[in-house]
Amino acid sequence: MELPFFYLFSAGIVITSLFMITRSNVIHAALLLVLSFFFLAGLFVLAGAEFLAAVQVLIYSGGIMVLYLFSIMLMNVQVAVRIRQWHRQRFFAILIVLILGFEIWSVLGKGVFPAMKVWPWKLGATPGNVEALGSVLYTKFVFPFEVVSILLLAAMIGAIVLAKKRIDS
Amino acid sequence: MIPISHFLTLGAVLFLIGAAGVLMRRNAIIILLSIELMLNAVNVTLIGFSRQWADLSGQVFAIFVIAVAACEAAVGLAILISLNRDKTIMNVDEVNLLKW
Repeated sequence: MELPFFYLFSAGIVITSLFMITRSNVIHAALLLVLSFFFLAGLFVLAGAEFLAAVQVLIYSGGIMVLYLFSIMLMNVQVAVRIRQWHRQRFFAILIVLILGFEIWSVLGKGVFPAMKVWPWKLGATPGNVEALGSVLYTKFVFPFEVVSILLLAAMIGAIVLAKKRIDS
Repeated sequence: MIPISHFLTLGAVLFLIGAAGVLMRRNAIIILLSIELMLNAVNVTLIGFSRQWADLSGQVFAIFVIAVAACEAAVGLAILISLNRDKTIMNVDEVNLLKW
């Protein structure tokens, strides 16, 4: 029963992503990425990561993508729609992507596709995914957690400094 | 049950789509959106492994990846807005201030 939903969500993610990188209107591209993130949240629920699914919808779609949309609307996108959209390096880009795909395939293909034993997921069942995740995040990973808070502070200060008006000039 | 190969394949395909977007498009915002897509491909892989080994560390790292993506979005968009203030630059080929 899980597998058809996995294929449904995967097809949704891949199709919206492919449309996302080919649109010339950036607002359409951002909204397609939001749709892709909703499909991804469904996939996370299937994988037993309920908290991450909620974070994906609330923080990613609701926070980060809205930041993108506001910034797009602050900038003049009409000029950007009219210019030539694609690099002239498209041949090399496709070549590099194919090489990258071949590398991933050659490293992972042999080990991944023989039918591996699938471990049943147990952590999401009794204590609840959020509770289990919280207890790991605040005990074992407390140092990376604090480092991330400093990173967020640095990014916030950097963004304000970069985007503020020049006072002297 | 979904085998882990499906998660890894989906992650690889999403990463390749994002890489193609970064390499082929000229619009700076689309490039940033493609980078978000690549970060999400990594999240798919992390959650697939987390499910396979019934270990929550993968999900914790996915949360950290989301935090880093938020930082990247904030700083990237701030750079774009500051580029956009003086003259309308939406094309990464025209951004050559650091070119030697």
